[in-house]
Amino acid sequence: MTDQTPPPSLYAPREPIFPRRVSGVFRRLKWGILAVTLGIYYLVPWVRWDRGPSLPDQAVLLDLANRRFYFFWIEIWSHEFYFVAGLLIMAGLGLFLFTSALGRVWCGYACPQTVWTDLFILVERWIEGDRNARLRLHRQKRWDLRKLRLRMTKWLTWLVISVATGGAWVFYFADAPTLMADLLRGQAHPVAYITVAILTATTFVFGGFMREQICIYACPWPRIQAAMMDEDTLVVGYRDWRGEPRKHSDAAKTAPMGDCIDCMACVNVCPMGIDIRDGQQLECITCALCIDACDDVMQKIGKPRGLIDYMALSDEAEERAGGAPKNLWRHVLRPRTILYSVLWSGVGLVLLYALFIRPDIEMTVAPLRNPTFVTLSDGSIRNTYDVRLRNKNNEERSFRVFLRGDPALRVQLEGTPYGTVLVPADTSLRQRVYVIAPQGSGPAQSERSDIRFWVEDDSTGERAYRDSSFTGKGQSR
Amino acid sequence: MSKKPQRQEGDPKTTGHIWDGIEEFDNPMPRWWLWTFYACIIWGVAYTVAYPAWPLVSRATQGVLGYSTRAEVAGDIAAVDAANAAITARLASMPLEEIAQDPALDSFAISAGAAVFRTWCAQCHGAGAAGAKGYPNLLDDDWLWGGDIDAIHTTIAHGIRNEEDDDARYSQMPAFGELLEEQEIAQVVNYVMTLSGAAADDPALVGAGQTVFEDNCASCHGEKGLGDRTQGAPNLADAIWLFGGDAKTLTHTVTNSRFGVMPSWQNRLTEAEMRAVASYVHQLGGGE
Repeated sequence: MTDQTPPPSLYAPREPIFPRRVSGVFRRLKWGILAVTLGIYYLVPWVRWDRGPSLPDQAVLLDLANRRFYFFWIEIWSHEFYFVAGLLIMAGLGLFLFTSALGRVWCGYACPQTVWTDLFILVERWIEGDRNARLRLHRQKRWDLRKLRLRMTKWLTWLVISVATGGAWVFYFADAPTLMADLLRGQAHPVAYITVAILTATTFVFGGFMREQICIYACPWPRIQAAMMDEDTLVVGYRDWRGEPRKHSDAAKTAPMGDCIDCMACVNVCPMGIDIRDGQQLECITCALCIDACDDVMQKIGKPRGLIDYMALSDEAEERAGGAPKNLWRHVLRPRTILYSVLWSGVGLVLLYALFIRPDIEMTVAPLRNPTFVTLSDGSIRNTYDVRLRNKNNEERSFRVFLRGDPALRVQLEGTPYGTVLVPADTSLRQRVYVIAPQGSGPAQSERSDIRFWVEDDSTGERAYRDSSFTGKGQSR
Repeated sequence: MSKKPQRQEGDPKTTGHIWDGIEEFDNPMPRWWLWTFYACIIWGVAYTVAYPAWPLVSRATQGVLGYSTRAEVAGDIAAVDAANAAITARLASMPLEEIAQDPALDSFAISAGAAVFRTWCAQCHGAGAAGAKGYPNLLDDDWLWGGDIDAIHTTIAHGIRNEEDDDARYSQMPAFGELLEEQEIAQVVNYVMTLSGAAADDPALVGAGQTVFEDNCASCHGEKGLGDRTQGAPNLADAIWLFGGDAKTLTHTVTNSRFGVMPSWQNRLTEAEMRAVASYVHQLGGGE
């Protein structure tokens, strides 16, 4: 240790933050995003989508019990989970793209933690007043009737929002109107109640009390984001070369004063409780509210806007020398963002392609390997296959199963003398299929022969095939 | 070690550790984090008191809540059994041939039968029911005692050649080593090989073998060697051999006889379980 100061305290109490109301371009943008994202979240489960009598009519539904995912006209079965994996990869790449171009724009505008905290602060302001009123209420030690009433009203409102948030989540997993009625009557599954309770608790605690603490201490994403940002990334910054020396500072007594009048507007509106004039900070979620606050002040004192602004660090030297910043697109369009965009669109195109070439008839063929073949009493060799047929249509379909391969081979379906299989609507069915090679025939004598199973829809004539192989005795046996 | 970087007033405190100009900040943790940490410790201690936790010499502490994973599994099994009680009762009482007519019951019986088979039958007949030398393959269309569901059920219930069940299927081939000359055995072995269309080892013996066969074997295996299911005499004219169809194995079989045994299951399995496994075996591909 080089300095002689006593060791600092290991734990720090939390500094309460009372963000002031602000208006401006970015605030309006944030209100818009808040309305759209929350609107989607709360309302989507209630959108109906007619799929016929045997299927749910909820537009977006994760039917875990039947392993189906419904999204408007798209229906994904559990074996097509790669669509979900692909969407998650796209979400990841999308975050990379936005972060490398616009910095922590996800944190500042769209993250649920930010959106719900914004909503909770709005409620707080409606009930308890703006920053100064809230500060006074906080400092008032005595819990008189007024403080009790304000606090209770605020907490109750938060709780109602939290219950609605937790409640909306479970509607994505079951028919919303039915589940709503069940929930209200006390007849829903305990899992539904537990889920609602947990999400209510997290929303209430995270949005009402933890707020910026989640971003600073709990969330791993801010740490990872640093890897995607460089000097061309747009961040919220303070033009100290224009603002300094600020009013009230010692330097301002001797030198001409800068544009910053040290009104603290940028600090007072910050939901993270930092001073953006200290430079880039881990806590900053780039919500841009300080830009709105500062622009407002600059307008009032007749100075140009943008003392606090979105800027790229690469412009700093140029701007200090009195030059103009580069065009926005010159920052955004660079190899890194282009690469992320290409990857993102590539995955998207693959998914779209996969979605549109999905066959109407789906079939898998699994040869049973225990044993690989059976000798029958007449000396013929029999192989057994599990053929799974999926019928994604709304009506029962009849499939004819046949074989292309050695003409000596004969197909026989377990449990039916006919060559057709009936698959009920919206189900998959497993049919055991025998393939028999007469004694002495080619496939019976050889180790392995290639075969191709075909299925044909009896009414529409649609066909699909799967390749497999037939195991015979082989020459040595 | 490089020079210590210039520090300014208001910079975060550091621990004083520097390496290559990289300093370690000494920011305090938030207080709520400390309380969360304490809460986790309390939770951890309470958990070990409430649930089985600390290993002792021969067992572990049981926990005051009395929770046990075994009891939970037993409860789960009992719950499934209770839920299946109605269909199980129907399976146990319905005429055997009618089980396959009822799709729901049939599918239940086959699934349950597969579980029974893997537990009790796979040791001899194999997990895929393909059998082994001396243990019949249940997938093919050859049956020693009959392959309809009634015959399969009887075989399962009473077993074959066992001492424990008076109704066990019973038959015994004599050990012809004591009754026939070696030459006669060689003759009959070569004749038997030709019955299923295979080539005899020594075609010169086949003619004499036919006489030996008609005198000694035809009473059970039939004149054409087609076998007799009422006494479990194997069909010698098909392509399937339980022990093997080559000259050496056949000579051994004729000389010493065979005595394959299957236990009786009626005292170990419930009626529903026996019917389930009979349904399962019946639909494996060889059922009649």
